Amino acid sequence: MRYYILRRIIQIIPVLIGIIFILFFILEQAPGTPVSYMMHPRMTPEQKAELEEKLGLDIPWYERFVNYIKEASQGNLGYSSTHKKPVTEVIGNYAGPTLLLALVSLTISIFIGIPAGIISAVKQHTVIDNILTVMSFIGISIPSFFFGLLLLKAFAVDIQLFPLFGLKDPLLMSDNIFVKIKDIAWHLVLPSIVLGLNSTASFMRYTRSSMLEVIKQDYIRTARAKGLKEKTIIYRHAFRNGIIPLITLLGFWIPLLLSGAIVTESIFALPGLGKISVEAAMSRNYPLILGINSILAILTLIGSLVADILYALADPRIRYD
Amino acid sequence: MAKDKTNNNYTGNQSYWGQVLSRLRKNKMAMISLYILIIIIALCIIIPIISPYEIQTTNLSGKDQKPNSRHLLGTDLIGRDIFTRLFYAGRISLGIALATVIIECVIGVVLGSLSGFYGGIIDSIIMRITEMFMSFPFMIICITVVAVFGNSIPNLILVLAILSWPNIARIVRGQILVLREMEYMEACEALGISDLRRIFKHLLPNVSAYVIVYATLGMASVILVETSLSFLGLGVSPPTPTWGNMIQEARNILIIQQKWWYWVPPGTAIFISVMCFNILGDGIRDALDPKMMR
Repeated sequence: MRYYILRRIIQIIPVLIGIIFILFFILEQAPGTPVSYMMHPRMTPEQKAELEEKLGLDIPWYERFVNYIKEASQGNLGYSSTHKKPVTEVIGNYAGPTLLLALVSLTISIFIGIPAGIISAVKQHTVIDNILTVMSFIGISIPSFFFGLLLLKAFAVDIQLFPLFGLKDPLLMSDNIFVKIKDIAWHLVLPSIVLGLNSTASFMRYTRSSMLEVIKQDYIRTARAKGLKEKTIIYRHAFRNGIIPLITLLGFWIPLLLSGAIVTESIFALPGLGKISVEAAMSRNYPLILGINSILAILTLIGSLVADILYALADPRIRYD
Repeated sequence: MAKDKTNNNYTGNQSYWGQVLSRLRKNKMAMISLYILIIIIALCIIIPIISPYEIQTTNLSGKDQKPNSRHLLGTDLIGRDIFTRLFYAGRISLGIALATVIIECVIGVVLGSLSGFYGGIIDSIIMRITEMFMSFPFMIICITVVAVFGNSIPNLILVLAILSWPNIARIVRGQILVLREMEYMEACEALGISDLRRIFKHLLPNVSAYVIVYATLGMASVILVETSLSFLGLGVSPPTPTWGNMIQEARNILIIQQKWWYWVPPGTAIFISVMCFNILGDGIRDALDPKMMR
């Protein structure tokens, strides 16, 4: 097992370098350079060259790529010229709301989606199952921005229960930490519902199908035959095996949640990674684009690694050598 | 036994696809979804014939109308008929989705079958590449590429297809790995049939069922991604209407509050078509494999 984890960690490195290489390649193919976006119309060619040199664009892209890898391996992801700060610091400043939002939504989906999936599987072909199935189809199909706008209209405009946008109330003068936390929590209610809906529905669908498979197996029939309570059968015997496929899903879920967070942040004007990545792409802030992408790619790769390890721990039949 | 036969509708001489179709017909939800999709697509195709308005027709004296008998879904700020625009937008949104899914399936099937058939070093290389593409933060890469290369429709289709082929490649590879070991493949080898013919003539038809299911579900996810990009202002740019940018144009608290006919129809159109593709895809999967019937 230790050998397997070590090998997987080593495998992450070439994949990561490959991702950064592809990004460099894409950005190189693009028409125009960041300089053409930043320069003043009356700039002289000398000033332009100076700007290019300052941004490190005067050397060929493959050399820049090698330099970037060298620097990145020491934790230096470059300098964001629009924020006048190092890229790592910019990402650090904006990562909070995104991670918080993703974490809250993930928690919601796990605690609602999985139990709903179990109920649906246990009561297969009943009214409850049908209702839950239809709801899960709605959940995976409704576009998040549309759902978000509907919620905004209902709960922030018509009944003014929740704030319209932002993460904090700018007029809040209190220094009390609990008041501040409550304010942020209140602002995050609608965004978390929007981001969590899709994953809740998906978790429900996966739980349902995997539980249905487990329930059909012989050992469940044996458990029933020896007179165990139905609750014990479902939650102790079936659930343990039914949950295993979901662990892999959790690993794949990180990139999806972060992608979803971009749209959600845009609807509710939250100051998160989604906001700065759209801005970075629009203003061609190459260091920031590369930084966000590499960090999210690392998170994704770590997510799938952790999922694989948990998978092996949960299911002793699986051997990695 | 006889009862079993009627239940499964095996009429003996029915072909494989005939059986699949008759099983699909029994799935009410899937059939309703199919009919709704046919109606939406048909409306998108015939909209120039049935609508008295063009997409560009503006009418400032008749702007900002509520839905009425002349304008089924009302008009927007410059007097364009929203019903007409909705289905013109459907042409673009569904067209982009279809083109993306076709390209993505072609790339995925070719690479997946090469990977599964040859194994070894080719397999490791292709699988490493799929791993890379799957670790990309999808939305951010889309945003980057679209912002950098421009948001023309061909660009969008290419970006979406290039980012989403790995899933289908993995499905095809997995199936081919299983099929490759079967006896009929050994027979093919003994008969001296060429590799290409073995892949395309003998292996792929057996995988096609999975590809069809994936393509149907893929339509749903591509529509969602494309409309999300348009909503962020990075999809197809106005005045060409798509379902996403019709909502994007209405992102204004006053419009959200008072003028539902600006943004609810395109949102509903996305929702309904995505849901129908999802239900239909699920239905086809159940119909293909009666053992998986749930």
